[in-house]
Amino acid sequence: MSKYYSKDHEWVEIEGNIGIIGITDYAQHQLGDITYVELPEVGSELKQFNVFCTIESVKAASDVYAPVTGKVIEVNTKLENEPEIINKDPEGEGWIVKVEVSEMSELSNLMDKDSYENYVKGLD
Amino acid sequence: MENLKSTPLEAEHIKLKAKMAPFGGWNMPIQYESIIEEHNQCRSKVALFDTCHMGEFFFKGDLQETNIEMAFSFNIGTIKIGKCRYGLILNEKGGIVDDCIVYRLSEDELMMVVNAGTKDKDFNVIKSVLKGNFVFEDKSDVTSKLDVQGPLSRDVLRKYFPNVIDELKYFSFTKDKLLGEEILLSRTGYTGELGFEIYMPSKICVDVWNDLLKDERVKPAGLGARDLLRLEMGYPLYGSDLDEDTTPLEADLTYFVHFDKDFVGKDVLIKQKNNGIEKIRVGFVCEGRRAPRHGYKIFAEGEDIGYVTSGGFSPSLGKGIGMGYVKTKYSTENSLLELSQDKVKIKAVVEKFPFYKDGSLRK
Repeated sequence: MSKYYSKDHEWVEIEGNIGIIGITDYAQHQLGDITYVELPEVGSELKQFNVFCTIESVKAASDVYAPVTGKVIEVNTKLENEPEIINKDPEGEGWIVKVEVSEMSELSNLMDKDSYENYVKGLD
Repeated sequence: MENLKSTPLEAEHIKLKAKMAPFGGWNMPIQYESIIEEHNQCRSKVALFDTCHMGEFFFKGDLQETNIEMAFSFNIGTIKIGKCRYGLILNEKGGIVDDCIVYRLSEDELMMVVNAGTKDKDFNVIKSVLKGNFVFEDKSDVTSKLDVQGPLSRDVLRKYFPNVIDELKYFSFTKDKLLGEEILLSRTGYTGELGFEIYMPSKICVDVWNDLLKDERVKPAGLGARDLLRLEMGYPLYGSDLDEDTTPLEADLTYFVHFDKDFVGKDVLIKQKNNGIEKIRVGFVCEGRRAPRHGYKIFAEGEDIGYVTSGGFSPSLGKGIGMGYVKTKYSTENSLLELSQDKVKIKAVVEKFPFYKDGSLRK
């Protein structure tokens, strides 16, 4: 099992050919209190670095970009009524979708945890 | 980049790790930790707001001879000493220059509290109607204001103002001493909760702020929470919901227009009163958690009928809420609306304000 991060502050955890996708702690902190998550439909196709979901916070609506290409096999329906889970546990309970990853080679476009942490430090 | 002004509390906000952003030309705290928690704090205990950015004008002169009534849509002369009144300043077209509160300090003395972003414009508009002998001064730079709002605000402030706090009625005020300085304590606010505003010399503002925060019932709240609190009550925000092209009738603020007196813009309002208006401000509650933002279009029965001026997530209702202007025929309660921008479409229903009905405002 391994985890990758995008410059747009999404993460994907890979297990076999399944990827679990969410936003990072840095991202949830920037957004503030999350009030609504527009989830994609099961069966829809994500394309790496394209918008697949919108998250609204008290402050603004923000697009979320897919860290990998793949087909959605499950969405975190808990987020429909408790989107604040993303604020509380963005990299655990607050996952957004599970996908069947179709292009494993795309993972090379992402960062590992250390590189991402350095990247975030550079933003502040 | 514009040159942002700072309140005396800027360093305190930064110490509290507030997110700061420009508002009305000022660098203001938007949130400290969480907008929703700050909102809940105000609804359940006490929230402390830095409102030093707002403008305070002082007037002294005979109300009749100076013609000051002309500057306001509402009667000034009938405000009792020790009371204050909300109303509007209008232009020649009946458009809203600003909304404000006027305090009757004495027979011939008034304090006017106006919005930060419109302060200089307001001052000039009011001054332009004045005649004869008067003193009219903008003392915003030396006057600070803190809003202490929430159901426990009276209990928190009792130790500072033990002789007056329990007697002070809604939209009343009194002068008192705080840290050796003369202050004005007013039972007013913008949250729908029991609350007070303290007007004080700027030099004691930091000490008062920090002393209030020593009370564990009190937490600081930013403009983000303030916006949700006022939206739940249906209070308009100047610049978002009110502007110079909108009249009080269109803004559904006719209650604050007194047709028994003369004021700038009255002829236009009388015409509207007789002929009707095409658009009017309404509130709406969304179907789910998703909220529209300023600028969303409003549709009904497939027709473009208006626009959203404010929107946000209501923590009290757990739903999106907002206000905007619609064609008058769609302004009735329960009218079905669709709010949209690009691919986002939100279903909503016209409802009467306030959306939050359990406020401690008058308790």
